[in-house]
Parts: sequence; C-alpha cells; structure tokens
Amino acid sequence: MASTMLSLPCTSSSASLSMHQLNKGKVKLGSSDSSICINNDRNSPFTKIKSFGRISMTVATNVSRFEGVTMAPPDPILGVSEAFKADTHEMKLNLGVGAYRTEELQPYVLKVVKKAENLMLERGENKEYLPIEGLAAFNKVTAELLFGTDNPVIQKQRVATVQGLSGTGSLRLAAALIERYFPGAKVLISSPTWGNHKNIFNDARVPWSEYRYYDPKTVGLDFEGMIADIKAAPEGSFVLLHGCAHNPTGIDPTPEQWKQIADVIQEKNHIPFFDVAYQGFASGSLDEDAASVRLFAARGIELLVAQSYSKNLGLYSERIGAMNIVCSSADAAARVKSQLKRIARPMYSNPPIHGARIVANVVGDPGLFSEWKAEMEMMAGRIKNVRQKLFDSLSAKDKSGKDWSFILKQIGMFSFTGLNKAQSDNMTNKWHVYMTKDGRISLAGLSLAKCEYLADAIFDSYHNVS
Amino acid sequence: MWRYTMITRRCFMSTSSRAVGWWDHVGVAPKDPINGVTEAFLVDCSPNKINLGVGAYRDDEGKPVVLQCVREAEAKIAGSEFLESISSAVSSKFVEESVKLVYGKDSDVVNEGRFSGIQALSGTGACRLFAEFQRRFYPKSRIYFPHPTWSNHHNIWRDAQIPESTFHYYHPNSKGLNFAALMSDNAPDGSFFLLHPCAHNPTGVDPTEEQWREISCQFKAKNHFPFFDMAYQGLASGDLDSDAQAIIFLEDGHLIGCAQSFAKNMGLYGHRVGCLSVLCNDAKQAVAIKSQLQHIARAMYGGPPIHGALLVSTILSDLDKKALWVKEVKTMASRIQKMRGSLRACLEELGSFVNWEHITNQVGLFCFSGLTADQVDRLATEFHIYMTRDGRMSMAGVTTGNVSYLANSIHEVTVFGQEAKSPRRRIGI
Repeated sequence: MASTMLSLPCTSSSASLSMHQLNKGKVKLGSSDSSICINNDRNSPFTKIKSFGRISMTVATNVSRFEGVTMAPPDPILGVSEAFKADTHEMKLNLGVGAYRTEELQPYVLKVVKKAENLMLERGENKEYLPIEGLAAFNKVTAELLFGTDNPVIQKQRVATVQGLSGTGSLRLAAALIERYFPGAKVLISSPTWGNHKNIFNDARVPWSEYRYYDPKTVGLDFEGMIADIKAAPEGSFVLLHGCAHNPTGIDPTPEQWKQIADVIQEKNHIPFFDVAYQGFASGSLDEDAASVRLFAARGIELLVAQSYSKNLGLYSERIGAMNIVCSSADAAARVKSQLKRIARPMYSNPPIHGARIVANVVGDPGLFSEWKAEMEMMAGRIKNVRQKLFDSLSAKDKSGKDWSFILKQIGMFSFTGLNKAQSDNMTNKWHVYMTKDGRISLAGLSLAKCEYLADAIFDSYHNVS
Repeated sequence: MWRYTMITRRCFMSTSSRAVGWWDHVGVAPKDPINGVTEAFLVDCSPNKINLGVGAYRDDEGKPVVLQCVREAEAKIAGSEFLESISSAVSSKFVEESVKLVYGKDSDVVNEGRFSGIQALSGTGACRLFAEFQRRFYPKSRIYFPHPTWSNHHNIWRDAQIPESTFHYYHPNSKGLNFAALMSDNAPDGSFFLLHPCAHNPTGVDPTEEQWREISCQFKAKNHFPFFDMAYQGLASGDLDSDAQAIIFLEDGHLIGCAQSFAKNMGLYGHRVGCLSVLCNDAKQAVAIKSQLQHIARAMYGGPPIHGALLVSTILSDLDKKALWVKEVKTMASRIQKMRGSLRACLEELGSFVNWEHITNQVGLFCFSGLTADQVDRLATEFHIYMTRDGRMSMAGVTTGNVSYLANSIHEVTVFGQEAKSPRRRIGI
C-alpha cells in the first residue's frame, strides 16, 4: 500500500483541491470503489474517495480533526473584566480581578519597578537563557524575603527555591511534584478558595478535597470546622493554606489560630502548602505577612510555599514568582530542586528573565528595597482607607442592625460581602458593579470617591434581593 | 518512580512526630543532556575551551548578541505604563504578527481568521500546550517524532502522557535524509506527526522542497496531522520566507499546527516568547480551540509574560525595525554558514580522510558531526570542547578565532584508524 502511494503523481496543483474549495465542503468528490488506499474507517468524516481516473486516492476533506472541540468554560474571574469592558454605563465599577488600582482607578506601576527597569536598560544586559531553576539572584532574595535572611532554613540551605511563572506556575510545579512523588496523596483546599487552585490540581491529576473555612453566618472563619476537617483527612495530606490575605474571603486566622493549625498539622503528619500571593498587601508589612509561614518553619516542619510578585510589585504581566520547598536537609533540598527542574524543562524549559531581574534589583538593593516597603505600605494603606470609608458609608445607611464590621476585619485586596448569587447579580445588573458571583469584591478596584455609590448598591442588594 | 505508601511513611517517622523526611525517597534527577554540557563547560578553566552545546547564537568573538532591532524596541517600550491592563491586547497583536511570519501575510487562513493562535512560553511552551491539547481531545493518540529529534520533545509529550513512536529521518551513512525510509514508514492513518520545517535539530538535515511536497501528499493520503516546530525561521537559509517553505502543506489543504519560537531568530532566549497556532475550518471553531488552549495555559502558568511579546510585536509591526531584523537574521545565518565552510576547509586541509561534506550540507545552527560518544568525551576531556554526546555541534559556538583549534581537535580524535597516506599536519593556530 505504501509503495503504491509513492508512485502516485502528486505534483500538479489540479490534482489537489484548493484550501478554499475543500473548506466549503461543497466539492463533489467522485466516489470510487478503489481499494488502493483503504482508510481504516470508511465512515470517517475525514475521508472521501476521489477519483483520478485509473488511480484513486483517499483525500481527506478539510474537516479539522478538532471539529468536536467545544468552547471551554469562561474563567469566572477574567470574564468579569470582559463584561465590565463591554458595559457603557457611566457609574460602572470593576471589583472583579484582584489587580491594584490607584484612587483614580488606574493601574499602578511602582516607582521602584520603573527605577529597576531604567537600570536594566542602561546596563543593556543580554537576553540569554536563565538556568532551568531561574535567576540565582532572584531565587536568593525571594527565599530571604519569605523566611527572613537569618532564618536557619536559609542558613542551612534547606530551602529548594525555583523561579516559577508567578504563583500559578509555582503551584503547578509543586502539584506535578506531588503527583509524581506522592501518588494518591490529597491536597486539602479551603472552602472557598481561589478558583484556579482546583484547575491546577485537576490538570496535574492531584486529588483534592475541601476543608471548611468560610462561615456565612458570621461572615468569618469557621475555625472549628477547619480544624475538624484537617484532623479528619488521611495522614500525610497536603494542606493548602493562604499565608495571608485569604482569597476570596479576606479572612485570615489569628496568630493564636495559626498555632493551633500548626499543632493539628504536625499531629496528623500533614504537609503544609502555603500560597503567598499577597506578602505586604495584608498588613502593609512584608515581615508581618510572612509570620504564618515562619511560624511553621520555626517548628522544623517541612513545607511548600508558592510565592508571587504579581500584586506586591505590580508585576502581574511579567509572571514572576517562586516555589520554595523547605526540606529537612540541604541534601534533600538539592534533590527536590533537581526534580522541580525536571518538571519545568518539558513545560517551558526555563523561566522568563525580565520580571526576575526587576525583583532581584529591587529586593536585592537596600535603597530600592526601602522604597518598595514604603510603596507597599501606601498601597495597603489605600485599601485600608477604602475599607474604612465603605464601612462608614454602609453603617450610616443601614440602620437595620446588620453588622458590617467584617469589612474592617477582613484583610487584603478582597472582601467577601456575604452577598449570594442573586444579590451579586443585582449588583451587576442594576448597579453596574462587577464582582464575582461568590460575593467577592476587590477593594483594590474601589476608590474613596465611589464608596458611597458602592454602599448604596450593597445596601440595596442585601436588603431588597433574596 | 518510587511507589509511596502511607504505611511505609508511618514506619520511619520519629516518635516526636516532627514532620521531617518527606523527601527521602526523592532521588537526584538526571542532568538535562543539553544544559549539562554548558554546566560542564562553565567549570572548565582551560583558555581554549569551546562550548558547542546549547543552540544559542554567538558572534565571532563568542559573545552573546542582543540584536540592534531589539535594543531599539527596548528603548521604545521603556516606561510603558498600564502593562497589566493591556496585556491581552499586546498578546493578541503579537499573535497576529507572529502567524503572518509563518503562513505569509497574504495568507487566506490568516486574513479570514481561520486559526487559533495563542502566545506561548517559547517553542517548548507551544509544544507543551499542543501536547496537552492533543491528549485532551485525542486521548488515545500517539506522537510520531523524526529519529532523532530535539531531546526535550521526548520529555514534553511524555509529561503530557502521550506515548511516542519514531519515523526514519536521519541516514547515518550519508549524514543526510533517509527519504525512502521516511516515506515507507507505516504509521496508522490519522497519526500525529512532529516535523521540523527547517534547520532540523539536531541533524541540520532538511527535506528539499520537492521532498516536502511528496511528504505532504503522503500525509494527505493517510490523513496524518502535521505539527511543525518552527524554532529557526530565518536561520536556516538566511531568508524568513524560504525557511517557511515546508508550510506549503497548506496548499494540499492540511490544517496544521505550528509552534513558533523567537528565542533564536530574534535573540530573545530568556524572554520565552513563542506562539502556538492551530489551523481551523472557520473563525468560530478557532474561537473554541483558542478557549481550550487558554484553559490549559491558565492551569499551568496563568498567562504568558508580556515583555518579550511587546518586543516582538514592536519590531514586526514597524517597517524599519522589521527590515533591520530581516538583515540581522541574514547576518547571523551567514556567519554560521561561513563557519561551516571554514571548519570543513580546515579539516580537509589537515588531510582528514573522513568525509566532512555534511558540515556544509547540513543547515541551521547544528552540525550532526557523526562523532561517536567516545570521541565526544575525548574532545571534552582532552581538548576542552563541549557538545552533546550524540555528536551535535552548535556551529554558533564556532568563531574565526577557534575554528582551527576545533578542526585540529576533531582531526586528532578521528584520525586513529585512518590510513596515514600523508603526514599529519597541524594548521596554524
């Protein structure tokens, strides 16, 4: 069969149909009873028999073999921004994605980032490949930022740090490692959690289950439920914890609660897996926001930490972050690092340089680092101010006795309003306030000037819609 | 892979219940064969050392190059504000420009939007996205690689859980294409094939235009899916359009897939800029496929990094910068072709009885030298010359300054066993 195919003259263009004709699917291909080139599946939509006189050959019609591919479900978070863009109402407000905005509701490029980029431009550095594990200077300052330079885990080289594509990419590296080295082990994720966590573990084929976290009655933490569920999980599970500024609820455990969480994790031989996407954005202090991670590390627990610079350095589009794995020994850390590299190589070979250099320049330079801390405080401060104003506006409007103080207690960019889906829809449909259907609003997208309007919208949705 | 069980875990836990030792069963990963070469090179202190490992362009001083068009683009985009809010527009613009390069700016497919295009993490990322997409929609399919192919292709499809097969490609005797064997390989109809459209890595052996036509015709008859990994457009012949000639598959009506990389031809290695495109029946299907690709990407790394894409689209959408780029690509390709000529000439001048024609017949960054693993090892240990153990030499690492030394060294390790018909000469260093 193959040698027969070789002898077919295939050179003349008249023998092959143009893309255009084939695409239309309307070309009548003569039928033939030739069996020279027998397609396994005669009924396949991909094949029709074309007659060339003496010789027949199977000509695939131009039906794409991906004909059956359907639309993927829209990303719930990014979909909000798209809907917002399409809205022409003058009072529209985008409280969807967690990207920091100034009081003028403009994106913000940090001054330290501009300075770092200028330095990089002046130096005219080359664009060679980074090693698979990323820029060494970046990895060093990133681990130090997280654990503290003097931390024994750093001093003893027990941390395997690999530059990753922001938080998402870092989570995926770890997920792949878990799938490979802890087959069957589950990851416990909070209910609710950032939507993409589930996608990451699903695509990495890592099973997950949820632990109770958000209590709608108190619009606070269901601490007992959380502890119970972590205790009930099979020994040696991975427990995904938000290091600070929980997404989407904004509800963080207190320091005392963190201790109890650590107790239970140790008791059950679970592995803590932190997602630190907002270091600096919670309290305004980089060190304070790393307290939960450092607490666990201080107990000698081996743990994983995914880090992102998307929000705190405003480097969203540069995709810069890291996966850190604290191991019991330097030798283990070296081995683990080598396996993370082995996962990264067939995913993207090596990570992008630009964001890594910016971070290395900012975090590694004492002057720029101080400036960054100040800008961080400013950004976190703006969010705290907006929380206060929103709370004040709501309290002034709402005399029903409803307690809105959770707006002040919640931490970071997000606030879980407690609004249900119908109420959230009302926010959008009637008030042109865009948020996610779980009732989450991003305070980073709120200005002081719009707090009053938002308070009106929330008040109306909460009381008049069920 | 170590089969891990909870019971075993409990057995060696210390009584204090400290959570330690979780990673005891994790071994050291083998070194990547390509990166491993550079690592060995870096620790070598010899002043004569030469790195012919990774395929990254070097100038005639052996230095990495940032293209002038790229420097101009960097200056132009410096201080770009609001990157985060325009990133998807930047990405779309990048994709638009990128696909024009490979399909032609007048292509119907491009103008009618009958393609799904998505920015990817260079060539690796584009291949991986496609491999994941292939598994999602053709879970029982295999991938057919040319033998040999870039080592990381094996890793990519394996991690995407797609089993591989190979088809004949390289002919070790002729050091050229084994076309007859390629055409007689009997993959089941409707198989997925990975093809290098130009500058095959690692062999440098490309089909002729006529051979591509025959391959396309055969693929059509057998309803195979051609997936092109376009990593060296412009660096094979020096001309971007010529290097895309293999994409004439379109004339036969194939709906191909293509991974593009700007790592080498625009020198943007570390920025990880690439594009994955999949041709479709119509724009509607293109939207559906793109949504699936984005879905895969989102769970892997969220979105692609913006900086490199901004550089590429700044260059490609500006007539002057693009013209400059075209020139610079030609310069890079020419230097490599010149070095091929020099190396072959040096070896022939030394009186080597090995046939070194393939050095100038082969195309692109790499020369598949035909050196054995032992010879490669000798070159490293005795002569401080580093290449992958399959004998692949990156010609980009050859300079007028080191080509004589390289030729002498290769001659030394290959001369044993040859009839010594004339005295060995060393050419002047």
